[in-house]
Amino acid sequence: MSTKPMVIRGGRLIDPATGTDAQRDLLLRDGVVVAVEKPGQLAKVQAATVVDASGLVVAPGLVDIHVHLREPGQDYKETIATGTAAAAAGGFTSVCCMPNTVPVNDTPEITRWMLASERKAVVNVFPIGAATVGSMGEKLTNYDKLRDAGAIGVSDDGKPILGDDIMHQTLIAAAKAGLPVIQHAEDTRLTGGCSMNAGPVAFRLGLRGMTVEAEARIVERDIKLIREIVARDRHVRPHLHVAHLSTSRALEAVKQARKEGLHVTCEVAPHHFTLTDEAIGDYDTHHKMNPPLRAEIDREAMIAGLLDGSIDAIATDHAPHAAHEKQVEFERAANGITGLETALGLTLRLLHRKHGMKLDRIIHLLALGPAQVLNMHGRGALATGAAADVVLFDPGTDWVFHASESRSRSKNTPFDGWSLPGRIALTIRNGHIVYRR
Amino acid sequence: MAGKKTASRVSRRATASQPRTSVFVSPYPAGSLLSITHLSLDDISGILAAATELEAASPRERATLLEGRKVALLFYESSTRTRTSFELAAKSLGVVTTLVSDKSSSIEKGESLKDTGITLRALGAECIILRHVSSGAPWLLAQSTGLPVLNAGDGMHEHPSQALLDLRTMLARLRLAPVARSTAGISKATLRGITVLITGDILHSRVARSNALLLPRLGARVIFCGPPELLPEHAVSIGPGVTIERDFDKALAQADVVMMLRIQNERLAGLKLNLADYIDNYQLTVDRLTLYAPNAVVLHPGPINRGLEISSEAADGPQSMIAEQVRHGVAIRMALLVRALQGINIAGGTL
Repeated sequence: MSTKPMVIRGGRLIDPATGTDAQRDLLLRDGVVVAVEKPGQLAKVQAATVVDASGLVVAPGLVDIHVHLREPGQDYKETIATGTAAAAAGGFTSVCCMPNTVPVNDTPEITRWMLASERKAVVNVFPIGAATVGSMGEKLTNYDKLRDAGAIGVSDDGKPILGDDIMHQTLIAAAKAGLPVIQHAEDTRLTGGCSMNAGPVAFRLGLRGMTVEAEARIVERDIKLIREIVARDRHVRPHLHVAHLSTSRALEAVKQARKEGLHVTCEVAPHHFTLTDEAIGDYDTHHKMNPPLRAEIDREAMIAGLLDGSIDAIATDHAPHAAHEKQVEFERAANGITGLETALGLTLRLLHRKHGMKLDRIIHLLALGPAQVLNMHGRGALATGAAADVVLFDPGTDWVFHASESRSRSKNTPFDGWSLPGRIALTIRNGHIVYRR
Repeated sequence: MAGKKTASRVSRRATASQPRTSVFVSPYPAGSLLSITHLSLDDISGILAAATELEAASPRERATLLEGRKVALLFYESSTRTRTSFELAAKSLGVVTTLVSDKSSSIEKGESLKDTGITLRALGAECIILRHVSSGAPWLLAQSTGLPVLNAGDGMHEHPSQALLDLRTMLARLRLAPVARSTAGISKATLRGITVLITGDILHSRVARSNALLLPRLGARVIFCGPPELLPEHAVSIGPGVTIERDFDKALAQADVVMMLRIQNERLAGLKLNLADYIDNYQLTVDRLTLYAPNAVVLHPGPINRGLEISSEAADGPQSMIAEQVRHGVAIRMALLVRALQGINIAGGTL
C-alpha cells in the first residue's frame, strides 16, 4: 500500500553514512528515503505532510542495541508498547531487546510473539535470542531458527556465558548462523554478594565490590576462545560483541583483539561515561546497575575510547524496574536504570559540549555504529533507499528531564531533574511520526 | 516523598560535569544518627556532656525524662551488647520499648524494611533503633518513615554509637577531657598526639569505619593493621589521618590505644584465612603489650574470640578497658535517645 509522501524541509542533515552535514531536504515515501536534495529542490513535490525542520538537526533515527522491554512476563516494569514509546521520545527508531524476559526468549515462538503487531511497538523491535536454553549456560538454543524468526544476535544478557566449553560452542554455532554473540562480561565466580564497583567508595560504604578483573577476565577469555577458533579454521569467523563495557582493562583487550584482526566490537552506556561510583552517595539505588558505575579512571577511558573510535556504539542498557524493587536495601535492590529518553542528551552533554565531539560522530555512535554492529541493514543512515527512520532535534536548546514525564512504565533513573541539550522535536519511523514534542 | 528524596539525591550527586552542591543539608529526621560523619564536633560535645549528666542523675530522676515515649528496637542481626545496652538505656529513661527481630516477626514472611518501618510508626514508635545486615539500611528506614533512626550497626558500614562510646572510654582513661558537664567540649585538638591502632578484620568492620571517620577529626592518628585480605590498601582513603602498618609489633610501639577486632566469620564470604598465621602475626598478647605498648589502653568492641585476635590474659589484664566500654555504652545511648526524642543543646542540658 502506497502512503502519501512526507517532506522534511529546512533542516541540517547529518548522515555519517554519506558524510553529509549540510542543509538538505528529505523526501520519504513508502517507508524509505526517496530523495535527499539541496534546499528548494523538493518544493514542487505534493506531500501529505511537510515538516519544517528549520533550526533543527535532521538525522537517521537512533538505534539502541541494548534494551530490556520486559515482555513477556514482567509488564509491571515495562511493555513493548511503553518501552518503544520511551524509545521514540528519546529519538530512537530501532531497539534490540534482550532475551531475559519471563520466560526467556529462547525459542522462535517467543521471538515471533515479541514481533507480533499486537505488542503495539511504535518503533522497530529487533529481538536478541537467548544463547542458551533458559539462559542457564548449559545447552545451546537453535540459532538458525531464532534467526529465521527475527533474532539478530544471541546473548544471555544479565548473565554471562561462563563455561569455556559452552562459550566455545556458542561462538562457533553463532558464526555459522551469521549471528553475533553479545556477551555480558562478568565472572560471577568473583562477584558473589557484590553490589557496586570495588574500590575506595565501596570500602567506605561497606559494600562488597565487583572488581575490574571480573569484567576483563571474561572479555579476555572470550577473545582467547575466538583466537583459538580462528586458528583452527580460518573460515569460521565468530563475532563477539561486548555489551555495556565499563572498564579500561576490558577496552584494552578489545583493542588488542581488533589489532589482531578478530571480529570484536563493543558498546558503552551513557551512565558509564557520565557518572562514577561516587554518585551512589547515601546508597541511592537509582545508581545501582550491573556493570556498576566505575572509578573516574575507567569513566575517562570510556570517554577516550568513544573519542578515538575504539568503541563502536553507545547503547543504553535501558532496564526498567518498579519502585518497590528499588526502594529496598542497596544490596537487595534490582540492577539497572532506564535510559532511552536521556541517551542523546547525555551524549551531547558529555561528548559534544564537554569534549568537543562533532555532531556527525555523535550520530554515528548512536545510529550508524550500532546498526553496523548488529548488521541492521538500511538503519542508522539517511541515503536514498534507507529506511524512513528520522529524528529531528535541537542541539542548541537545553531542556530538563523529568522522570515523572517519562513514557517508560518505570521511573528508575539517576538523571531526574538533569538539564540536557538536544531536545527531540520529532521522531519518524517508517515514514510515520511516532513522537512529536 | 519521591520529590523530596530526589532533591537530596540531586544535591549529593557526584558527576563528571554536574557541579556538586556545596552546602549539605541533612535530609534525615532530626535526632537521627545514621553516620558518625553527620555529627559536628559540637553535636558530639553535647552528646558526651549529656551522657555524663544522665549517668550522674538519680534513677528516679532519669526515669521521668522520657516517660511513656515509644521506641522500637528493630534487629535483623543478633546482638548482645548493643541491643541490651540500648534497651537498658531506654528503660532507665522511662521509654516503652518493643523489640522486633527478623526471626519471629513478619520479616520472616518477607515484609520489606520499608513496610516494617511504616508499621512500627503506625503502632506509635517515635524512634527506631536499627541493627541490619545490609550496609545503608538505616537511610532507607529514615526515608521511609520520617522517624529519627539510630543506626545500631549496618552491615560492614558503620556503628556510630560504638565510636562514641569508644571515644568516651578513651577520654575517660586518657584523662584528656570531659566527662563532666562543666568542662569544655571536644575540639579538633582533643586527641592531638594520640595514636589509635585498629587491628584485625578491618574490611568487614563497621566499628573500624566509624572510629576511623571520627577520631582523626579530634586530632588523633589512626593506624590500621591487618593482613591484605582483611585490610585492602584503599582502606586508607576512608579519610585523612589514617595510615596502614602491616607489622603489628611496629604498630603497637606507636599506639596509645589498641583496638582489637574480631574476625567476622559470618562475613568472610568464602575467604579462607590461615588462623595459625593470623594468631602469630596479629594476636594481642601480654608479651606483645609488655614489650611494645606497656601503657596503651586496650579496647575491643566485642564479641571477643579469646585465643584468636586477643589472648585471654590480655583481654582480662590491667590495660583492658573492654568492660568499661560496655558501661560507657549505656551512658552514650541514653544521650542518643534523649537527643532523638527531645533534643539536647550543645552544652548537654537534658535535665
